[in-house]
Amino acid sequence: MPYKHIEISMGPQHPSTHGVLQLKVTADNEVVLNVEPVIGYLHRGMEKLWEHRTYPQIVPLTDRLDYLGAILNNLAYVLAVEKLAGIEVPKRAQYIRVILAELQRVASHLAWIGFNANDIGAMSVLLYGFIEREGLLDLFEEYCGARLTVHGLRIGGVPHDLTPKVCELIRGVVTSVPRRLADIEALLSENRIWKHRTVGIGRIAPAEAIQYGLTGPALRAAGVRWDIRKNIPYSSYEDFDFDVPLGTHSDVYDRYLVRMAEMRQSLRIITQALDRLPAGEVRAKVPRLLKIPPGEVFLSVEAAKGELGFYIKSNGTDKPERVKMKAPSFINMQCFEKMCQGHLIADLVAILGSLDIVLGEIDK
Amino acid sequence: MTIDHPALQAVLDALAARFNDRLLETRFEKGELSVRVARGDLRPVLAFLRDEQGFNALNDIIGLDNANAPVAGRPRFSVLYQFYKFPDALRLRVVTDAAEDEPLPSITGLYKSADWAEREIFDMFGLRFEGHPGLTRIYLGDDFKGYPLRKEFPLAGE
Repeated sequence: MPYKHIEISMGPQHPSTHGVLQLKVTADNEVVLNVEPVIGYLHRGMEKLWEHRTYPQIVPLTDRLDYLGAILNNLAYVLAVEKLAGIEVPKRAQYIRVILAELQRVASHLAWIGFNANDIGAMSVLLYGFIEREGLLDLFEEYCGARLTVHGLRIGGVPHDLTPKVCELIRGVVTSVPRRLADIEALLSENRIWKHRTVGIGRIAPAEAIQYGLTGPALRAAGVRWDIRKNIPYSSYEDFDFDVPLGTHSDVYDRYLVRMAEMRQSLRIITQALDRLPAGEVRAKVPRLLKIPPGEVFLSVEAAKGELGFYIKSNGTDKPERVKMKAPSFINMQCFEKMCQGHLIADLVAILGSLDIVLGEIDK
Repeated sequence: MTIDHPALQAVLDALAARFNDRLLETRFEKGELSVRVARGDLRPVLAFLRDEQGFNALNDIIGLDNANAPVAGRPRFSVLYQFYKFPDALRLRVVTDAAEDEPLPSITGLYKSADWAEREIFDMFGLRFEGHPGLTRIYLGDDFKGYPLRKEFPLAGE
């Protein structure tokens, strides 16, 4: 019987598209032939807005990009501004930034495991992940008063020193998260349904992943040793001892293993930073009206989703001439079609979840 | 030109040996090397960097509108290509310039990650890329008028 390829529109209002994303799927029965992502539903013109704001005013705006990893966005931006302006950040502030950034990475990964598992049908994992993430958000609230869009860093350092209460909360998180991770792994790692839905799904070869610009845990799951914290260290990451977890099969399951292992490494970094926290100031003297002489800089950090970069061009005034953000999700999303071809429509949500995209930073 | 970075110096020497006076400008600031080439030389230079110098990853493509600070004899827009060399952690920036009506060569044939980045620049600046497989707006609707990141575009609309 003759039949035609069917076209399916998934989203933009679909629970597993992690925001407002439309996927135009062409399928041969259940098998995906190609996928065309349609983005831009969340476009807020951030880069245009940044050209009209002073350097410090931009920091809280970066919170709204990857809203699950606000501090990591702050970090990439403030580091770029500091490099451009030649601001030296006190060692204590660098360590506090590392602690906050790694806590944020754990929070982001906990949200990811919840969403990825929930999309595939394992709802309890979402609840377990969010119980633990709640503790992390409480910690951020204790530190700076906000939970999600925290504005947790400042140009030149951090807004506050760590109080004894915050240190106590951090120590608590460092002991409670591994227990929760063990719970989640007990639910998933050897679960037949989970493995059936993830093993061998959404594979991409290492060389191809580099060609597509894939970064972050998805690239490391392909076995490529690339972690900017190790390769081009920033904010004193060279002081800490941690491993870069790698995968071998480059499928959804390996991305799961890599992120789970990464959370444990983040906790190792946090413990070391807290144990060896240097004394001193937490914020460099930065003029209230920060004017930066003409120049340009590109800098990137290892965010939870991959490489997050900022290009900033200054023009001598207190506002940048141009700020361009290199969003990891934007680049990673391009690989999505490649990963989906030949899989079933139901696998799309598993693969999309494994890429850990946030539409806030894709659409800017 | 001598720079204080042995690995990047080697890349720069190789580029200079191959392209000589076609490198319009070389800058090394804050540890970042940036090389300016003409639009017509872009593809050969990038192919050389990828195939013979190992710059296998394209980080990002950045559009610039220089309307507020024009340089004499240089077209209005600049496009910056930010590269990585895996796994040596070397970074390099290649810059080229174009006027509003001058199409740039698409580098999607060299780097797959260029696809969306070029569409974004088309969407925001209205620059065209010749040879791109589907140059349409990426964020804004197809019926949107104007290019938001051009300097004359207002921050708040009428």
